[in-house]
Amino acid sequence: MGIFKKRSIASLGKKKSDMPEGLWNKCPSCGAIIDEITLKQRHRVCTKCDHHFTLTAPDRISMLLDVDSFEELDPTLESTDALNFKGYTDKVKGYQKKTGLKDAVLTGRGAVLEHPVTIGVMDFRFIGASMGSAVGEKLTRAIEIATAEKRAVIIVCSSGGARMHEGILSLMQMAKTSGALARHHEAQLPYISILTHPTTGGVTASFATLGDINIAEPGCMIGFAGPRVIKETTHQNLPPDFQTAEFLLDHGLIDMIVPRSMMRERIGELLDYMLPVGKTA
Amino acid sequence: MTATEPLEFEKPIVNLERQLADLRDRAADSDIDMSTEMKRIEDKLTKLKGEIYRNLSPWQRVQIARHTQRPYMLDYVEHTFDDFVELHGDRHIGEDEAMPGGFVRLEGHRVMVVGHQKGRDTKENLRRNFGSAHPEGYRKALRLMKMAEKFNLPIITLIDTPGAYPGIEAEERNIAEAIAFNLREMMMLRVPIIAVVLGEGGSGGALGIGIGDRILMMENAYYSVISPEGCAAILWKDRKYAPESASALKLSAEDLKKMEVIDEVIPEPMGGAHHDHITAAHNLKRTLIKHLHDLESIDRDALLEQRYQKFRKFGEFREKGRR
Ligand SMILES: [Zn+2]
Repeated sequence: MGIFKKRSIASLGKKKSDMPEGLWNKCPSCGAIIDEITLKQRHRVCTKCDHHFTLTAPDRISMLLDVDSFEELDPTLESTDALNFKGYTDKVKGYQKKTGLKDAVLTGRGAVLEHPVTIGVMDFRFIGASMGSAVGEKLTRAIEIATAEKRAVIIVCSSGGARMHEGILSLMQMAKTSGALARHHEAQLPYISILTHPTTGGVTASFATLGDINIAEPGCMIGFAGPRVIKETTHQNLPPDFQTAEFLLDHGLIDMIVPRSMMRERIGELLDYMLPVGKTA
Repeated sequence: MTATEPLEFEKPIVNLERQLADLRDRAADSDIDMSTEMKRIEDKLTKLKGEIYRNLSPWQRVQIARHTQRPYMLDYVEHTFDDFVELHGDRHIGEDEAMPGGFVRLEGHRVMVVGHQKGRDTKENLRRNFGSAHPEGYRKALRLMKMAEKFNLPIITLIDTPGAYPGIEAEERNIAEAIAFNLREMMMLRVPIIAVVLGEGGSGGALGIGIGDRILMMENAYYSVISPEGCAAILWKDRKYAPESASALKLSAEDLKKMEVIDEVIPEPMGGAHHDHITAAHNLKRTLIKHLHDLESIDRDALLEQRYQKFRKFGEFREKGRR
């Protein structure tokens, strides 16, 4: 670790934890108490049980991209309240204030081990990283730029699904992003989808599962319908590891499970095979 | 049509109709002239029907869209099209009877049709799974659509589902991927596609066969990112607020036309398509033929570009320095 000497995007969002640095974090999986500096050095993976804590989009970007390579796209783009939906404007404002983000995804150009990419990283802190117009538009633009500039697309997914408050427009973002990926695919360019905890609903049913390579972080929850809905509909008991990364590896949805500490190297290794030889950022 | 099960808001109409029927019976059995009284009730009935049916709330439309006597996909296949040749199976796992499909004729056009099929009774719903398809349904639909592309046949998809099936096997066989893959592949099919929401346009399960050059809706159909009940449970913590949710979600054909999400609203007979299957099917037929003519005249590269832009433009947002 320690390759990120300069955190060039630290200003993009506030820290996930309300606790200032130097304080302690409790692992939600095993209960271990880990100090902030250690946790940060380990990319927020538990020292005892390897539980992967939720990462903010800025932290994820600094973990994956080459130092100083990130150039943010559409930093001011935000959703409007198209449906005049009860409480939505205030909700968005509240989350903008809380996270320092405009909406639930950061996008930009960058490089992974010198391979040119556009990257989109969803941030679960922002209304459960639900997809409305802003998320759909930013991802679509990032994919279109990748197609135009012959870049790979990397999307780090995590989402509660389509954003209810924007109604049908949210649903249509599934079509819009998938359409952009269709053209990127036709241009024979690589798309790596990285599924992180949790990835569900309309995001799973669109760009998240369309990767040439679908990668998951260990233990993360991936599914279409929520487990409660499935239980209520089917009156069946769910298998113990149902909808986990490991379950979906067994069922053929994902190519590999990659621990966070190996993610950047793995992406680089894959792009070595998938991008034309001799193309660097 | 046979008498239909009245919905709650139709009960005043039914009561009046009953009064009128009683009066007719009595008039037939007696010598007293009741024509004035009958005329009065008939006028009142016409007025009442107008008031109720012309001012349907979004929630009332959802109820009509879910009416168990509403024409379903195969009813439209029978009354709108000719010579249906059903094709089966996804070639990998199985056959999904919630998503029939096959060759069909529409006037002079040879067409591929796929869509969701609900069951009319418990027995048929066991086969049709209440119109909720498994991954096999979506994969069969894509197989048939790719075949349509191969033989240069336009595609018509008929949407009527509460949603893709939320079950263990559906998840195990990656229903999300089946839908996602359809979204991507349908965007590139080099034949015209018309998607019609017949009744329920339930979220990703609807969209999974919903990419097209035209998106049409029957007058009382709904199309939504989440069911009104699901929305109410999240927003108001109680499903009984489904009527409020239905309004808030702007899920009716009328609202979606205003938002320019859909291209055309297809009129239904007074009170809803369940009152008159044949008329509803003919209205669909007329509209489909018109759009098919338009689409077939478009060069295929232009068609694909238009399809891409159609979905590309969806979304409401703002940003500094643009707009
Ligand atoms: Zn732990």
